[in-house]
Amino acid sequence: MKFVDEFRDTVKAKTLTKEIQKIAQRLDANKITQARPLQIMEFCGGHTHTIFRYGIEQMLPDNIEMVHGPGCPVCVLPMGRVDDCVALAERPEVIFTTFGDAMRVPGSKKSLLQAKADGADIRMTYSPMDALNLARKNSDREVIFFGLGFETTMPSTALTVLHAEREGITNFSLFCNHITTVPTIKAVLDSPDMQLDGFLAPGHVAMVIGERPFDFITKDYHKPLVITGFEPLDILHSMWMLLQQIEAKESIVENQYSRIVPPEGNAPALEALTQVFEVREFFEWRGLGSIDHSGVRMKKEYAAYDAEEKFPVPNLKIADPKSCQCGEVIKGVIKPWDCKIFGTKCNPENPMGALMVSSEGACAAYYNNGYEKKSA
Amino acid sequence: MSINLEDLPKTKFRGKNITLAHGAGGKAMRDLIDKIFVAGFDSPELTLLEDQARFDLSDLNKLGNRLAMTTDCYVVDPLFFPGGDIGKLAVTGTVNDLAVGGATPLYLTCGMIIEEGFSIDDLQRIVASMKATADSCGVRIVTGDTKVVPRGAADKLFINTAGIGVIPENSNILANRAQAGDVVIINGYVGDHGAAIVDARGELALEISTVTDCQPLNGLISEMLKVCPDIHCMRDATRGGLATVLNEFASSSEVAIQLDNTKIPVREEVRGVCEILGLDPLYLANEGKLIAIVAKDDSEALLKVMQQHPAGENSCIIGYIEAPSQGAKGSLKGKVILETGFGGNRMIDMLIGEQLPRIC
Repeated sequence: MKFVDEFRDTVKAKTLTKEIQKIAQRLDANKITQARPLQIMEFCGGHTHTIFRYGIEQMLPDNIEMVHGPGCPVCVLPMGRVDDCVALAERPEVIFTTFGDAMRVPGSKKSLLQAKADGADIRMTYSPMDALNLARKNSDREVIFFGLGFETTMPSTALTVLHAEREGITNFSLFCNHITTVPTIKAVLDSPDMQLDGFLAPGHVAMVIGERPFDFITKDYHKPLVITGFEPLDILHSMWMLLQQIEAKESIVENQYSRIVPPEGNAPALEALTQVFEVREFFEWRGLGSIDHSGVRMKKEYAAYDAEEKFPVPNLKIADPKSCQCGEVIKGVIKPWDCKIFGTKCNPENPMGALMVSSEGACAAYYNNGYEKKSA
Repeated sequence: MSINLEDLPKTKFRGKNITLAHGAGGKAMRDLIDKIFVAGFDSPELTLLEDQARFDLSDLNKLGNRLAMTTDCYVVDPLFFPGGDIGKLAVTGTVNDLAVGGATPLYLTCGMIIEEGFSIDDLQRIVASMKATADSCGVRIVTGDTKVVPRGAADKLFINTAGIGVIPENSNILANRAQAGDVVIINGYVGDHGAAIVDARGELALEISTVTDCQPLNGLISEMLKVCPDIHCMRDATRGGLATVLNEFASSSEVAIQLDNTKIPVREEVRGVCEILGLDPLYLANEGKLIAIVAKDDSEALLKVMQQHPAGENSCIIGYIEAPSQGAKGSLKGKVILETGFGGNRMIDMLIGEQLPRIC
């Protein structure tokens, strides 16, 4: 397949792996990684998925450890918000539309999948425009789209709202749960038990917001960072670039994914975002607690399209299950299999914690691949 | 193969829809059964119009020493899709479930639950498709039942077929017979049916051209058993795909199955659908793919025969069975491991829930 297979080339992978091994050996000889392995965080769930799908962790040397960050929007959705979704979806006049992988996220009483079985009209869509189409076709019903995701999915939601406004469609609204990348990375970096040595930054977020918002990580926190694509060679290539920075004791923002990411981001997308959304004071995350400025809501001008304004929403805060250690896993303090309930009370069929929910979550990935540490 | 209405006998039902009277047991139902089902399926057992089909045991005895019986329900949406329809599926699905156990499929039943308002023209096309498929597999539809339910109580048409076949004495195909050193064989491309259904639903406006792989496997299997009577394990990979069947073999046989991703045949267009939707072809449904596990020594002759059969042209070996060793995090007993083709390995688990598309 064109533009895909080129980035999965085994021969190139071997070359890159060898180069990575060489730097890792030098880091070891220079006593940089003797006390503990280097901890490199891939922030984005898409990267986590690729890393497990291609077995990339096993191809890395022992003194490099991947920490699977909080960038899986489905995983970090708190129970209270899922309960809100269920409450909205169970209103008789509502058709509730959502991306497929949000269906299984557990709420305090039920998931959307269970609510659907109990009779709620919940439909899986592939884009917010599909939801808008449903609204056009069902003028006697209220269609709510469950907006979820980082800056990657935000522009399409914003544009759909603008579209609805232009067309004068009044039975469409958005339940906005979009979250932002930069404040979240900052929260991870500010955490006292954090030991990260570098970042593979989310390529598709960068495609929208550009390179500059990541500068503070390299300048204020002195952590090297590479904006990374989503094919397996992208990951290896970025890892090699990152290790070169570490060896040279540098910390700059590099862009490995330049075939997609323009340094300044995507101006029309950013314009749509700022037109429709504004930053919330704080947003609740599963596993990480409340993070300042980490979510967006709809601006007052678009209240007519805001499901939270249009319908009563319970908006209750539900604490994460006490036994869950998702927060420590996300920050790389422990590995998934060190968690007390990993694989026993918490498994992909009955996820207790955030990271077991989606296939992009670190715990689900570990569970499915669980037997292998660095055996290859 | 798509059935045109113009090629079918014209009945008084042309252009009409099913009403509740067609399921009420009276004259309207009698008419529908005569003109559409009995005439369409055209088998001697059905023409007798008894409450049951009857078979001569001595005929069955000549074919083997065990009866095989299976049943399956068909609820596919849409009813007509590229390369097939619900009728074709209802025959091949049940025929294949018999055949992969080594049985020679012989007789099928057909139960239909029809929603009020369903087009009788479509019903006639589906019956004709079942008949044509049954003929091509050498089986007969010998008894049936029709129910009509009010609008909204079912989605257009549901079909149940049950089947009977006979297993020859020398065959012993079981999910727990995979052993170290055996090889895993598949008869062609995986995921075609799943991708064709996604495409046919039209929700995604994809510009692809996948057709279902819906096909009977009994002809191929009968050739396979001639050169390799001792097939250890065999199943058809339908819902849940290749991954599910291999997990069943691995756990029943308490072995590890090692797959090579570069050997598993997936069409370009199916890969494309999977890339766009975040699906995994190993979990996509098939309707004409069998997975066989056989001794390595038998595999060469078997592959040769399979590749000469139209239902097995692209047959190949995709992996092998290992004695369960210790991995770094526990035993590999009952596990399916895929070499990714990129240098690493990953585990292929059973599908949990539905296969849901990832969002980003």
